[in-house]
Formats: sequence, C-alpha cells, structure tokens
Amino acid sequence: MTTETALAREATTEVAGRRGYFNWWRILLYAIAIIFTAYYLLPIFLMVLTGLKSYNEINLYEMWSLPRQLSFQSFIDAWVGSPSVAGLGRNFVNSLRVAIPATLISAILGAMNGYVLSKWKFRSADIIFPLLLFGMFIPYQSILIPLVTTLNALRIGGSLEGLTFVHIVYGIPVCALIFRNYYATIPNEMIEAARIDGANFFSIFTRIMLPLSAPGFVVVAIWQFTNIWNDFLFAITVTNNPANQPITVALNNLAGSFTVEWNVQFAAALIAAAPTILLYILLGPFFVRGLMAGSLKG
Amino acid sequence: MKGKGWERWAAVLMVLPSIILIAIFVYGFISWTGYVSLTKWASTAPDYTFVGLANYQRILFGAGIETQRFYIDIRNFVGFTSLFLFSCIVLGFGLALLIDSRIRGESFFRSVFLLPFAISFIVTGVVWRWLLTPGTPELGSTGVNKLFEYIGLGFFKPRWFTDPTVFYIADNTALGGFLNQIGLSFVTNPNWGISVGTFSLVLAATWQLSGYVMALYLAGMRSIPHELREAARVDGANEYQIVRYIYIPLLTPITLSVVIILSSISLKLYDLSVSMTGVGPGFATDTLAFNMFETTFKATRFAQGAAIAVILLVLVSVLIIPYLRYSLRSETTQ
Repeated sequence: MTTETALAREATTEVAGRRGYFNWWRILLYAIAIIFTAYYLLPIFLMVLTGLKSYNEINLYEMWSLPRQLSFQSFIDAWVGSPSVAGLGRNFVNSLRVAIPATLISAILGAMNGYVLSKWKFRSADIIFPLLLFGMFIPYQSILIPLVTTLNALRIGGSLEGLTFVHIVYGIPVCALIFRNYYATIPNEMIEAARIDGANFFSIFTRIMLPLSAPGFVVVAIWQFTNIWNDFLFAITVTNNPANQPITVALNNLAGSFTVEWNVQFAAALIAAAPTILLYILLGPFFVRGLMAGSLKG
Repeated sequence: MKGKGWERWAAVLMVLPSIILIAIFVYGFISWTGYVSLTKWASTAPDYTFVGLANYQRILFGAGIETQRFYIDIRNFVGFTSLFLFSCIVLGFGLALLIDSRIRGESFFRSVFLLPFAISFIVTGVVWRWLLTPGTPELGSTGVNKLFEYIGLGFFKPRWFTDPTVFYIADNTALGGFLNQIGLSFVTNPNWGISVGTFSLVLAATWQLSGYVMALYLAGMRSIPHELREAARVDGANEYQIVRYIYIPLLTPITLSVVIILSSISLKLYDLSVSMTGVGPGFATDTLAFNMFETTFKATRFAQGAAIAVILLVLVSVLIIPYLRYSLRSETTQ
C-alpha cells in the first residue's frame, strides 16, 4: 500500500517535473526562433525603414530610429532618378523583358527534354544526361570569353535579346532535370494504356504529359525567373550599355556611386528584391521544390 | 518506353537542339577558353599566338602581383569556405531541429528563415555593406555597431571589412615556435591566415544561404520514419541521443550535398564581393572568380583570365564530378 502510493507520487512528480521542464524548454525554443526571425528580417526591416523616412531624417548615425513622418521620396528617387544618377525604373523593365521570355522558353524546352529523358530513354542517354547536368555546375567564368566573342559575332552582344538567349541556353540543364524528375512520377502504366488506344510519341506528350504538367511548369518558372532576375555575372558581362542593363547591374552601379545617398540605395535594393520576394511569399512551396531539384534531390 | 522506329527518331530530335546548344556553349566554349589560356591574348584585340603553359606558370610560380593575388584568393577561399560551411551547417541543422520540434507557427518561421534565399547577392551585398559600415570614433558608430551600443555592447566595435588585419600563427607565439621546429615554418605567415574582411562576407553569405541548408535538412528529417524515433524513445533514449545516434548518421548524405554545393558556391563567389566590399584592403575580400573577371575584362589580359578560369573549373570539377556520379548512381539503385 505504502509502496504503491510512493510509486504513484513518484509518477506524478515525474510527470509534473517533466511538464515544468517541458515548458521552460518550449519557451527557450520560441526565444531562439524569435531571435533568428529578427536576424533574417533585420536587413529587410532596415530597407523598409530607411525607404520610408523623409530626407531631413536621413542620418547614418540615426539609422535605426523610426521615421517621424512618412515619405516615399527615396523610392521615387530610386525609380525615376535624380540629376546625379539614372533611376532604376528602366532597368526594372529590362529585367522583366529578359526574365519573362527566357523563363517561358526555358520551361517549354525543359518539358520537352524532361519528357524524352524520363519516358523515352534512347541509347547513350545515360552518358548524355550527366554531361547535361554538369553544365549547371560549371563556373561560368570558364565560358565567358568565348561567349562574349560569339555574341558579338552573331551581332546580339550587348542587347537584351542576347542576354535572354544566354539565360535560355544555360537554363537548359536545370529545367531538364526538374521536368525529368517530375515526369518520373507519372506512372508508365498510364502511357502504356494510352499506347494500346493508339497514342503515339507526340500525342502522349500533348494529351497526357502536358495536361498534367502545371505544377512542373510552376516550379521551373519560379526557379528560372528568380535565377534570371538575380543574375549579375551574365548581365554585367553581356550588357555594357547602361540603357540595356538589368536591375542587378544598375543597383550595383548606383550603390558604387559616391553621389547617391544611402537611403536611395536602400530603396533601390528593395525595388530590386521585391519581385522575387513577392513570388516567394505567394508561391513558397513551389519555390522549395525547385530548390530541392537544384541540389539533385528530386 | 520502346516505340516504333520513327518514334525513337522523334525522341532524339526533340532533345537534339538542347544537346547541340549545350555541346557548343558548355563543352565547346570550355575548350575554347582552354585554348585562349595557352595564347598571348593580352589586349582588346584577340591574339591567338601559342605560348604553351606560360600563363599558368606566371600565375602559379611567378613573382609578380598576379601570383600574390592568386594565392591570397586561395587563402581567402579556404578561410571563407571553412567558416561559411561551419556556420551554415550548425545554423541550418539547428534551425531544422527547431522547426522539426513542432513549434507553433512553424510554417511562418520556416518561410522567414528561407526568405533571403530568394534575394540576389547584389541586394544582400548592398544592404550588408551598410549594416557593417563601422562608423568613426569621432562621429559615432553606425550599422550593427550602433545596435551593439543599444544593447550595452558599445565597447565591441569591429571594423568589419575595412580592417586590413590578417589573423595568422605568428613566429613569436608558442604554437608558431613549435610549427617552426617541426619544419612547418611556411605556415607561420599571413598567406596561411584568415583576413578579418572574410568574416563580414561570411556573415552576409550565411544570412543568405543558411535557410537553404535548413530546408535541405528539414526535408531529410521529415523522411526519417517516425517509428524509428518512437522505438528509440521506448528504449529510453533522450532527445540528445536521438539527434546524436539517429538524426546525424541518417542525415550524412545531406551534409555531404551541403558541403559540396556550398563549397562550389564559395569557389564561384563573385557578386557578393563586388557589391559588398570590393577586393578589400590588401585583397582581403578578393575571390578567384572576382580576380578572373577583373583580369579579363578590366585589365583586358584575356589569356591570363582564361588560365584563372580553367583553374577555377578544375577546382569546381574536383568537387562536382564525384558528387554527380554518386547522386546518379544512388538514383538508379533506388
């Protein structure tokens, strides 16, 4: 009897003890989560904060103080420009003019390549696929000199069309990989059933694969758009005329110019980051799937 | 799928344009760059006079500034990569455990941690440059140093990327003396150190990519069968032991991917240095990729730039080729 109560008491204290420990542990976890939320959001917070201040409140030594009156002047200057520097508005449009067509064409090529590489493995596909994939890991420095020479010879050097073409070509491997892994999840039985009904190579693609491809297209589109929008190396190498430069190059020039106030630089940085942040917020799960493919974990 | 004769041809034709483009723009161009690296081309006008390995010799064994810069870049790569891998893996794994412990609002926290991955290195560089601008003793601190002041750490005033200091094992220290005695005197030299500027780059790069590492680990953790954890708990394992003896061993393949992907990112690092710090005092924040770009397109020494590009490609290939083989093989055995 006494031992039983002792045991029971021990059991209750243990549970209570564990619960107490559990609570403290939980509170610690939340504290850590909140500290890291601050770490990841701090730079974005600072960009927004600075962008919203009026000019007479811009003071490097008061960087962290809250604005006393709201003003969008920094954003306007960053977009339209000022006497000392050109605005980013036209470069934002340039980036769209490269990223949208390049993304669309990349996705179509990706679907075609992914279809063949997953369902119609021809001989030597086992050699070609790794060679294709290697193309997505190379340091692009190793192809820049011939690239510039060739684009100039083709008379598309320095143009937005040239840059679009470059992004399509070097996007082929990753798009093929994403679609190949995506199509691998479509059961072969389905295709065999269609074949019995008389479907051929093309009708299987257009009537079975493409109608099921929407998620694959979204993943590839987000991945390509983000990469192209954020690209700097190709942009600065291929386009040397400021009127034709994408936003990353323009932002880097603006930030390197000593005549531009830091609040305008922050507003410009936020403008440059906004489209991909927006895509990420709206379509996060698809973004994560592209990211997994990028590391070969389909 | 095995089709009729024409269908096999159709399949090949469908991928042929892409294969031809990659053959030319990747493999053809790599060979072309390789050839340029063996020539005299050193101005805006192409000059394909063959000079053999002279460019490599000048970079690797010369006595000039290009040789110095090359070895400083290698030093920076080693320093940056070790710190960057360490911080991303510790942070990524820790945050993945945090999210995996089923806290409330996990999808919010997960999205916030991964958000910087959607942003370009140029934006990151511009913002972190201002965050890490130290200010002056006369006018006061700025950026994060100002935040340190607010929380009572005002005595901590690092000069971040403006600091030319290089940490290394000096001759007059106990360890330095010991290394000299055992014949490793070449190590006790700033060329085997780590520049202060590197820490600033690591801070910004970790901000940008640790969430990505977290996402990879989290996917791995979610694929560990629940029964395994339950069985361990029934056997009396505590949370630490579950992490140590179940999570860490089962997640080794992910750690391997992370090490390879992040190392190849740091070999190719260019945008962040350009927008955040430039080459830095004494090339403190220079990288091989940055060096290649400046040598080629600013100094117009194309042949020498091509040689640096080839060295860079070899270094990346040493990492990536075994990784690709491993990934594709494990795919076929699945």
